[in-house]
Amino acid sequence: MSIHSSPPNLSIAPPTVLVVEDDYAIRKYLRIALEAAGYRYLEAADAGTAMKQLASEAVGAIVLDLGLPDRDGIDLLREIRTTFGVPIIIISARGQERSKIEALDAGADDYLTKPLSTGELLARLRAVMRRKQDDSSAEQVLAAGPITMDIVRHQVTLRGNPISLTPLEFKLLEVLVRHAGRVLTHRFLLREVWGSGYGNRTHYVRIYMNSLRRKLQTGEKGQSCISTEIGVGYRLRDDIEPRAGD
Amino acid sequence: MDETTRPSPEALLGYALREEKRQRRGRLKIFFGAVAGVGKTYAMLESARQLAIEGHQILVGYAEPHIRPDTERLLLGLDILPHLQIQYRGILLREFDLDAALRKKPEIILIDELAHTNAPGMRHSKRWQDVMELLEAGIHVFTTLNAQHLESVNDVVAKTTGVRVQETLPDHVFEEADEVQLVDIPPEQLLQRLADGKIYRGSGADAALTNFFTVENLMALRELALRLTADRVDRQRDERLAVSGGTGGTTISERLLVCVGPSPKSADLIRAAARMAKMTHSRWTAVFVETPSLANQDSPRRRLAQANLQLAEELGGRRVILQGYNAAREIVAFARQENISRIIAGKPAASGWRSWLGSRFTRNLIRFSGSIAIDLIREPDGVKPAVPPVRRGRPGGGRAILMAAVTMGLITLVGVLLYHELGLSNINVIMLYLLGVMWLAARFGSAAGIAGAVIGVLAFDYTVVPPYYSFAVSDTQYIFTFLVMLLAGVFISTVTTRLREQELLARNRHASIAALMEMTQAITGATSIDELARSTVKQVQTHLRAQSAVIVAEAGKPRMVHQSNGIQLDDKDLGVAAWVIQNGRPAGALTDTLPLSRFFVMPFRGVRGTVGALALTSESMQELIEPPAIDSLRALCEQLAVAIDRLMFSEESRRAWANAERESIRNTLLTSVSHDLRTPLAAIAAAASGLQEAGPDLDSAHLRELAGSITAEADRMDRLIDKLLRMTRLESGKMDVRQDILPVEELIASAIERVTKHEPHLRIQVKSGADLPPCRGDPELLEQVMVNLIENAAEHGISESDESVVVSARADGGFISVTVRDHGRGIAEDEVPHLFEKFYRSPRNHLRQGLGLGLAICRTIVQLHGGQISARNHPEGGAEFAVRIPVAALDDLPENRDKT
Repeated sequence: MSIHSSPPNLSIAPPTVLVVEDDYAIRKYLRIALEAAGYRYLEAADAGTAMKQLASEAVGAIVLDLGLPDRDGIDLLREIRTTFGVPIIIISARGQERSKIEALDAGADDYLTKPLSTGELLARLRAVMRRKQDDSSAEQVLAAGPITMDIVRHQVTLRGNPISLTPLEFKLLEVLVRHAGRVLTHRFLLREVWGSGYGNRTHYVRIYMNSLRRKLQTGEKGQSCISTEIGVGYRLRDDIEPRAGD
Repeated sequence: MDETTRPSPEALLGYALREEKRQRRGRLKIFFGAVAGVGKTYAMLESARQLAIEGHQILVGYAEPHIRPDTERLLLGLDILPHLQIQYRGILLREFDLDAALRKKPEIILIDELAHTNAPGMRHSKRWQDVMELLEAGIHVFTTLNAQHLESVNDVVAKTTGVRVQETLPDHVFEEADEVQLVDIPPEQLLQRLADGKIYRGSGADAALTNFFTVENLMALRELALRLTADRVDRQRDERLAVSGGTGGTTISERLLVCVGPSPKSADLIRAAARMAKMTHSRWTAVFVETPSLANQDSPRRRLAQANLQLAEELGGRRVILQGYNAAREIVAFARQENISRIIAGKPAASGWRSWLGSRFTRNLIRFSGSIAIDLIREPDGVKPAVPPVRRGRPGGGRAILMAAVTMGLITLVGVLLYHELGLSNINVIMLYLLGVMWLAARFGSAAGIAGAVIGVLAFDYTVVPPYYSFAVSDTQYIFTFLVMLLAGVFISTVTTRLREQELLARNRHASIAALMEMTQAITGATSIDELARSTVKQVQTHLRAQSAVIVAEAGKPRMVHQSNGIQLDDKDLGVAAWVIQNGRPAGALTDTLPLSRFFVMPFRGVRGTVGALALTSESMQELIEPPAIDSLRALCEQLAVAIDRLMFSEESRRAWANAERESIRNTLLTSVSHDLRTPLAAIAAAASGLQEAGPDLDSAHLRELAGSITAEADRMDRLIDKLLRMTRLESGKMDVRQDILPVEELIASAIERVTKHEPHLRIQVKSGADLPPCRGDPELLEQVMVNLIENAAEHGISESDESVVVSARADGGFISVTVRDHGRGIAEDEVPHLFEKFYRSPRNHLRQGLGLGLAICRTIVQLHGGQISARNHPEGGAEFAVRIPVAALDDLPENRDKT
C-alpha cells in the first residue's frame, strides 16, 4: 500500500523495524532481539525523532511505546496513520486495556504487554508483516494453523475433519482467519460480522465466540485455536501446528 | 439560717465559673448617668485619655456625632474608627463598624450609647449585642448608659416622666458589667447646661425636650440612677460574702412565678416581678398558659404573649409555656412541681361586673394555691390593649346566629306541627328545642348555642305559649319556663363547648407529642451525619411545613450537609450559620442578630460546644418561633446535638481504629514486600552476574538455564507488584467496574491460558455445563479472580498428589457458580475465617512465597460485583473455593441462534 514499506519477499535487504521508545534499557533489549532475528533496527526516543525517521527511511514496521515524553502515543499513532500504512505494534503496560483498545481502534495492528517476551515480539512482527501481503489477495480458500476454510463452498475443516458452523459463526471465523495471529477488538469484529448499527452490543461477539471456540477445540487440555485477550478482543492462534502429533 | 454562714457549693461554683469566663472575656465598663447631659461621654473620654497616656491602646469605636465642643477636644490624639455609613430609606445613618473593630482588635474600645438600636441590615439589631461580641473577642469596652434605658425600670420611668423610652437595654448587661461608674450632677446644674445649649446642640428649643427636663423628672431619674448603682454594689458585696462565707450574705430564698397573659399590661407585671426578684435575690419564672381558645386564635395575641415571655427572658427570668384549659389550675400545678414559693399575678383594674368576670382566674388562683403565697399587683389602666378581644368558637358571630336561626326555625316548624296538629305536649317541644341548642353548641360553638337558646325561647313563646302567634304571655308560669329554658341552653352550650375544647387540646397535645416522638426516633436511628441531616430535613418538612438545611461545624467552619429541595444556601446564609455556631445562639430572621436573612438558624449545643445548626425558612416564619413549633424545634435541636455528638465520637473512634489497622497493614506490607521482592531480585542478580562473569566459559545448556531463571524470577516479581497495585487500586475505590455481558467459559479459558504461561506443566480440568447463561461484570477483574483461584490451587494443592486442578461452572439460580478445587491437604478449620484477609498466609505454608493478597483481591472483586466467595474442604479431599457471580439480565441478547 505505502510506497515506504518494502515488500519483504522481493527485497534481499532485511525489513527495517523502527522502535519508538523512551526507555533506554528497553531500546537496548529490542535492538539485541531484533538484530538477532535479522531485522534492520532504527530507533527514536521521542515522537519528533520518530516522524523524522519515518520521513527519511523505508520502514517495514513500527514498535511504538504509548508513553512518550513529548507527546501522547495515541496522538502520534493517528498522525502516522494519516500518511503511512506501515504496520504498527503498540507496547503498553498491563492494566491499560482501555488505551490498548483505543490504539487498536486508531489503527494499530497489534499490541505487546510489558514485560516483553522476545518470542511474542517476533511472532507479532511476523503476523503483522504477513498481513501486508495477504491484503491484496482475496483468496477463496484460507488456512490458518489447523483450520482451512473454503469460502465459496462454505466448508470448514479442523485438522481435516469437517466442522458444521452456523452462517454467523462462519462469518466470524472468516474474519479471524483473514487476520490470523492478530488481535481483533470486539468492536472491530462486531462491525465486520454484524455490520454497523449495533453500537456497543459487543456481547453478541462474546456469545458467538464462546460457541465457536467450543467447536474449534483442538482436543488436548481443552485448548482452543482462539485465544482471548481479556478486555480487548480475540486472536486466532497461527502458532498451532496444522497437524499436532496425534 | 445555718446555710447562710457557709457558702453553698452552687454559689462557689457559679462564682468560679463566672470568674473564669471573666478572665477570658474583655471587661465592660459602663459610665452610668441619670439622663443625657450629665457628662458621661466626657468622663469616658477623659478616663480613656488617661489610659492612653499610660500606654494603653485605645480605639474610639463610636462617638455621637453631635458631640459638645469641650468633649470634642478630648478626642484629639485618639484613634478613631470611621463610622459605617448606611443609606436607609433615603436617610444617611451612621453606625458602629463592628467588623472593622474586630479586625483592629484594640486593647480598649470606646462606644457611646449602649442602648442604641442599630439600623436595619446590621448584624445585630442592638448595640449591646455588638458590645457582647467585642467582649467575647477579648476586647475591653468602655460605654455610656442612661438609667432610663434599663429594661426593668422602663415602666417606672414612663410613669414618672410620662415618656416611654423605646430603646431599652436588658438588665443582665448592666448587671454583668465589670465596672459601673456613676456620673452625677445636680438637676439645677444640668438645667443650666441645657439652657446654655451644651446639651443637644442646635435642637435646644425642642418643646418635648423642655417638657422632659423638669426639675421633678430629673430628680426622679437621678434617684433612680443612684439607687440602681447602690443596688448593684449591694449585690456585689452579697456575692462576695456568699463566697467567702460571711454572715451578711443572702442565699436564694424564694422562687417567684409571674403569670403572663397575651396583653401589653403583662409587660409591666413582668418588670415588677423582675424588680422583686432582684431585691429578694430570687429566681423567677414567667409562665404563660395557652388555653385551647387561645391556641385557636390568630397570631396577634399569641405574638404578644411571646413578646412578653421574651421580655422576661431578657430580664433574667425563665420562660415556660403550659397548655391547659384552666390557667389557674395549670399554674398552681406547675408551681408545686417547681417548688415555687410566690406567685405574682395581675389585679384587674376594671370595676363593676367586668372585674367580677375578669377575676375568675384570680379567684381560682387563690383557691388552688394552698401554701403558695399570691401577690396581686395592680395592672395599670387607661391603656387599651391594641389587640382584638378574644373570640370563642370557630364561625364568625354572624354565621353562628344564622345557623342558630335556621336550626331553631326548623325545630319551630316541627314543633308547631307536633303540638298543634298531633297534640304533643309542650314539654316535649321544649325537649326538642334543648336538643337543637345542644347540637348548635357542639357543632358551632357556644355563641351559636346561646343564640339558639334565645331564639328558641322566643319561638316557643310565639308558637306554643298561649295566646298563640304572639309574644304576649297569658300564664305567668311560662316566664319561669322561659328562664329555665334559657339557662339550660346557656349551660348546655358552655359545657359542650368546653368539652370540645378539651378534646381539641388533648388532640393537639397528642399530635405534638407524637410528632416529637417521630422526629426524635427518626434521628436516633441515623447511623451517619448525612442520614441524620436527611431525615431531619424530611421531618421538619413534614411536621413544621418548613424548608430547612442542616449545617455541621467542621474544624470551626460550617459545612452544609443536606438541604430541602427548592432552597439553596448561599455564602451569606452560611455566614449566619457560622455566627450561630461560633456564638451558640439563634440568629437570622425573627431574631436580633442578622435579622435580614431569610433563614432562622438555631444552634445544636453539644457537650463540646456548638456542633451544628439548623436553618429554617417557611411561608409563615412567625409560626416557627411560637408554640408548639418552637418547643418541637428546641427539643429537635437538643436531640440533634446529642445525635451529632454521638456520631462524631463514634466516627472518631472508628477513625482511630482504622488508623491503627492501617498502621498494622503498612507494617505487614513492608515486611512482606521487602521479603518477597528481594528473593526474586537476589536470584536475578546472582544469575545475571554469573552470565556477565562466566558467560563465555559456559556451555549453551547452562547459559540457557541462567537466562531462564532470570526470566522466571523477573516474571514472578512482576506478578507480585501487579497484585499490590491491583489491591491498592481496588481499595482506593477509584476503580470503575465495567458491566459487560460475559460468557463464564471465556473467563475460565482466558485465565487458564494466563496461568499455563507461567506454569506450563499444570494440569487443569474444566467441567462446565452446556449453555451457561452469561454473567455481568468487568472482564479483567473477573479473569483476575479466576487466575488467582487457579494459582492458589496450584500453589497449595498439587504438592502431594499428581492430580489436576478442577474448575467447574454451573448455573445456580440468579448466579453462576464457579468452583476451583485442588487435591492438596485442604484447609484447617481455624484458617477459614482468615483466608480472605489481606496479607494472610497460612502458617502451615511458611516456606512458600506470596504476599497473601490473592484471595483478598478475589473477595474484593467478587463483592464489587455483588457476588459471594467461600471456601471449604471438598468431601473427597482437597480445598474447594466457590465464587458466585450474578447472571446478566437476558433482555439484550442476540436473536435466537441461527442454525445451519
